[in-house]
Amino acid sequence: MPPGSGLDFALTEEQELLRAEVRRFAEERLRPGLAERDRSHELPVAVLREMGEMGLLGMLVAEEYGGAGQDPLTYCLAVEEVARVCPSTAVTMSVTNSVCQWPIQRFGSDELRRRVLPELAAGAEFGGFGLTEPGSGSDAGAMQTVARRDGDDWILDGQKAWITNASIGKWFVVLARTDPAAGKRGISAFVVGREMPGFAAGAPEEKMGLRASVTGSLFFNACRVPASHLLDAEGQGLRIAFATLDHSRLGIAAQAVGIHQRALELALAYARERVQFGVPIVEHQAVRFTLARMATELAAARTLTRHAAALSERSPEAGRLASEAKLYASEAANRACFDALQIHGGNGFSEEYEIARLYRDVRVTTIYEGTSEMQRLVIARHLLAG
Amino acid sequence: MRIELSEEQLLLQDTVRRFAAEVVAPRAKEIDESGVFPREFFARAAELGLTGVAVPEQYGGAGMDVVSYCLVIEEISRACASSGVILSVNNSLVCDPILAFGTEEQKREFLTPLAAGEKIGCFALTEPDAGSDAAALRTTARRDGDDYLLDGSKVFITNGLAADVAIVFASVDLSRGHKGITAFLVPMDTPGLTRGGHQYKLGVQASGTTELFFENLRVPARYRLGDEGQGFRIAMATLDGGRIGIAAQAVGIARGAFEEARRYARERQQFGRAIAEFQTIQFYLADMAVEIDAARLLTWKAAWKKQQGGRYSLEAAQAKLFASEAAQRVTNKALQIHGGYGYTREYNVERYFRDARITEIYEGTSEIQKLVIAEQILRA
Repeated sequence: MPPGSGLDFALTEEQELLRAEVRRFAEERLRPGLAERDRSHELPVAVLREMGEMGLLGMLVAEEYGGAGQDPLTYCLAVEEVARVCPSTAVTMSVTNSVCQWPIQRFGSDELRRRVLPELAAGAEFGGFGLTEPGSGSDAGAMQTVARRDGDDWILDGQKAWITNASIGKWFVVLARTDPAAGKRGISAFVVGREMPGFAAGAPEEKMGLRASVTGSLFFNACRVPASHLLDAEGQGLRIAFATLDHSRLGIAAQAVGIHQRALELALAYARERVQFGVPIVEHQAVRFTLARMATELAAARTLTRHAAALSERSPEAGRLASEAKLYASEAANRACFDALQIHGGNGFSEEYEIARLYRDVRVTTIYEGTSEMQRLVIARHLLAG
Repeated sequence: MRIELSEEQLLLQDTVRRFAAEVVAPRAKEIDESGVFPREFFARAAELGLTGVAVPEQYGGAGMDVVSYCLVIEEISRACASSGVILSVNNSLVCDPILAFGTEEQKREFLTPLAAGEKIGCFALTEPDAGSDAAALRTTARRDGDDYLLDGSKVFITNGLAADVAIVFASVDLSRGHKGITAFLVPMDTPGLTRGGHQYKLGVQASGTTELFFENLRVPARYRLGDEGQGFRIAMATLDGGRIGIAAQAVGIARGAFEEARRYARERQQFGRAIAEFQTIQFYLADMAVEIDAARLLTWKAAWKKQQGGRYSLEAAQAKLFASEAAQRVTNKALQIHGGYGYTREYNVERYFRDARITEIYEGTSEIQKLVIAEQILRA
């Protein structure tokens, strides 16, 4: 790597301001009704529209396409602050920003960008990403969805599963096999719209956590997609998908950091109030040590995430660092929620306490956008290359 | 936020890496087995300015920043953890407090030769019955005219066997608890000071660790570092900085073990292929790399915070806790990857495994770090 100007761990003034603004917004607009939305599986669409107006739903898109033109680190700060209050909203935000708009801006034609990005970046419409299928999760290259050329169009057939924003999204980056004989090199990426004939979104799934986010299947039944909606070139699909995931993992790492931060806050507050054996339980050394570990792992997760975000698209190590951040932050956040619930004792097992929901919400962070196992494979491949 | 080393730092890193490979690594096994303090290493390190990295040039130092200091300790420890801690103690525990609390006269007399590496320093706080509870120390300092008379003993003093100067903590009034503790700069050839023998340890075998005994040890009042009763504060502030050095040492040990394990995994054939092709080994290597990167970032963050001025107790404790614990896990996995060979002295990995152990103990145990961290986050 070329020499830099030395280390600087501080955020810029603009970044600090945005972070404070998003925190305030999340507390005022997302905190109310949090538990009810979790129970009723209700996405806070009205609040998301406000987030769109604030520029939070098109952060990575250039201003000429209606986005806020922010850097990846600033984006991560915003996701972290939203996730600290509402992880469901954070994943909705992360998906439309990162796995939908980012590859369209990066790999789409100018015409396609102008058609699709402004309404997504404004938050008027939501985006999604269709890679996973019922039979292909980590082994994305084994997908069965096909696209065959028909004049100026492509005809898609198949099904995608576990798609965030499925039933509310308007535009989806969808991966399909365009040359079944070419294996992994025969996969291409398309931008598919919900208004295209042959497209259908399934009903939202019942999930353990992130219940106020929408997850469902996408069905393509001779779905007709204009050729201009192909991203980059034929056969580039998996490369686009992996580049996208390298980038989007930063958002999930940031989401995990936000959840971890909240788990620590809840554990600290509870430990100060809860009296057992005549003293607040924070006076017991075992509880203090648990809090110290949570805080230390939070510092590690946050620093890894911010460092990876700051180097994103600027270093050959960026992909490995994003995987390291996602792996570490998601696993640390799971430990933190486990420990925070333990500190809450029986009360933590009650849905009256926020930690119970966080404990459910955090679980998926080691699974989606590449399981921990896939992150380890990616990291090992980097370590053993050359 | 930008975490990229400057040109100067990259140059230093490269220089020290070469020095470590050419001068330090070839002797690491030998001094681990003999336990002999590597005086010639200290002298060579001094030529490169590594004995007073962050000390201003006017006092004999290299005038670099705290992150540069971390780079030095990581690279040296990657080759030899004993050599790493020898430098860490001289820089962090001896030069730093003299620079921060010493008079101009003390800086000229003590700091300049220590930073230049003409003299070796040690830090004498721990006693047989005062480890984590440093305030319970029993060594006394009694005023006698223009002097103090010190009586007592110290244990586990790194560099003690080779040191020319010790910073000794003693109480001017035991009834005042930590408020009686006072720091002194003591030339090691002062009558009344005797050293113990070589202490055989699990690891960092060549660190010159020994006991010190004081009997009617006469120290002039002008060698008192700071005021009477200020010693405990000096010790705690010094250890904040020392923890950054130990965190960097732990990162260096972990990196050494990781690099050897990666090389071994690529070479070692079992079941007809290199063991690096097995998923379990790949996952071990991945987890090791993540922990090392996280530990280094926390260490650099603490160093950066120290360089900025202001409090950095939290960051230093977190870096030290995380890096030292990571070093245990990483060296353990590295040994496991080596299998039976890892358990032999033919390979460096068993030394890394033993050397890592102390990083969770000295300059504040992991338990003390957690107390510090909890206190800091509860104060917020």
